[in-house]
Amino acid sequence: MAKSAMLRAFGRVWLKPLTFWALATPALWLGWQWSALLMGGVHALGFNPIETTHRFLGDTALRILLISLAITPFRDLTRWLPIMKIRRRVGLAAFWYAVLHLAAYLGLDLYLAANMSIAGMFAGLWNDVVERIYITLGMIGFLIFIPLSVTSFNSMVRRLGAKVWQRLHYSVYPLGVIAVFHYGFMVKGNQLGPWIHGGVLLALLAWRGWSICKSSPRPAASMQSGS
Amino acid sequence: MITRKPFNWQLPDREITPKNRFMNRREIMRAGGALGVLGLAGCGVGESAAAHTELPDVAGMGYRETSYTVDDPSTPLEAVTGYNNFYEFGTSKSDPARYAHAMSTDPWFIEVEGHAAQTGRYALADMIDYSALEERVYRLRCVEAWSMVIPWVGVPLADVLRQFEPTEDARYVQFISNSNPAEMRGVRSRVLDWPYKEGLRMDEAMNELAFLAVGLYGETLPNQNGAPIRLVVPWKYGYKSAKSIVKIKFVSEEPVTSWKQSAPREYGFYSNVNPNRSHPRWSQASERVIGGGVFARRETDMFNGYSEQVAHMYDGMDLIENH
Repeated sequence: MAKSAMLRAFGRVWLKPLTFWALATPALWLGWQWSALLMGGVHALGFNPIETTHRFLGDTALRILLISLAITPFRDLTRWLPIMKIRRRVGLAAFWYAVLHLAAYLGLDLYLAANMSIAGMFAGLWNDVVERIYITLGMIGFLIFIPLSVTSFNSMVRRLGAKVWQRLHYSVYPLGVIAVFHYGFMVKGNQLGPWIHGGVLLALLAWRGWSICKSSPRPAASMQSGS
Repeated sequence: MITRKPFNWQLPDREITPKNRFMNRREIMRAGGALGVLGLAGCGVGESAAAHTELPDVAGMGYRETSYTVDDPSTPLEAVTGYNNFYEFGTSKSDPARYAHAMSTDPWFIEVEGHAAQTGRYALADMIDYSALEERVYRLRCVEAWSMVIPWVGVPLADVLRQFEPTEDARYVQFISNSNPAEMRGVRSRVLDWPYKEGLRMDEAMNELAFLAVGLYGETLPNQNGAPIRLVVPWKYGYKSAKSIVKIKFVSEEPVTSWKQSAPREYGFYSNVNPNRSHPRWSQASERVIGGGVFARRETDMFNGYSEQVAHMYDGMDLIENH
């Protein structure tokens, strides 16, 4: 009894702030490493800090996206409903890491490669989107992500209505698939990383498919997070 | 050997051989003399004498400075030995430095096969003339659009290949890298079709720039850089420079090369550094300079800046088609 009371208190008081700080930690760490690097101190960014930054932000965005997709299965398995209060927050964090990922690629690569010309930077972006399949996929994924992030606020959920909102947010599944392929086409050779992330995504999608087939839809439960 | 520097008698400090090392070197040379200087003379097909299997220490050898150098500063040693693509030890850039120590390089044998008069299995010290080492400071351009400048120590590839007396049918030469899952953890996953294979057209292999390195920064080649012997082909993308070579094959047809086999649309046989051919993954127009400051970039040169020495080999060839 005391245990479940504590769990309830945790869900009510601590869950959201802790989630926020957990999600912010990778960005804070990266910022700390970059300030150490620029001030000539000891840092963990290696000999190619720009490449490390791209990899780190991309990995983090994809992993947080996978975590956001794991929240509903987690609820179904544990029947701990308060977890739903952080689902949108986690998804939104994935979007912010994708924004940083794109910004780093624009600023640390294309802008410098174009000798610091903004027009050249966007010309480089278009060139990459047209020529490089992994960047084409990355940009498509990012465009899909934008409507999801701007509708993640309570006011937007209310304005759209639960049904329309839910339907719009189903595009998180193709987004996940695109993100994994973006990763897979980026690496050289047949590497393990994309297969592992793809495997996790596949398991999460299979869970959804199986839940739908069982046909016990709980539209109310999925939307009751009145944060 | 180190005194053969007619116009510059002042040796840099690193070229002055410590006395104990020098004495050690004389012993090795004496042993070499007893067996015929290169150990190859009269060998024919067969195995070379076991006396030469001990791996020479490059730091104890003198080496000649040559005019093959570049204006830009050399990449710091920590970066050269800490940031490597050597997928046999893992796909992360820091994996080779972390795991390559597990590879045993002593003794080291190289099998020579195919269209040549002298074939067989040779100990490294029988194949490389350690009394003729020279230092060459070359640019290294990775296909991933980053670059380094590295002072290698070694011998021209042509000098080594000529010893085997390749026949007219030897139109290409293939290099096969070590692949031992017990010591090279990356080989346990099929990132590529192991062992790693590379190749050159015969005229490319005999070009003055093609080099076999046994050391860098005046020391024996560290494992993560392809010990004990690796190719250095500075006008081509880094992956052409096969590491830890265990087999050399003289062949008449274009040999299989690992990256082309893995993704033919992306990696061709020639793989000459070419800023005009945009790779499906990376623009090749410019490159990040490793160790040159966080934001350091430079424009990529055709043939990585070695047009003068190599461009003639590709006269009349479409280098976009034959990428």
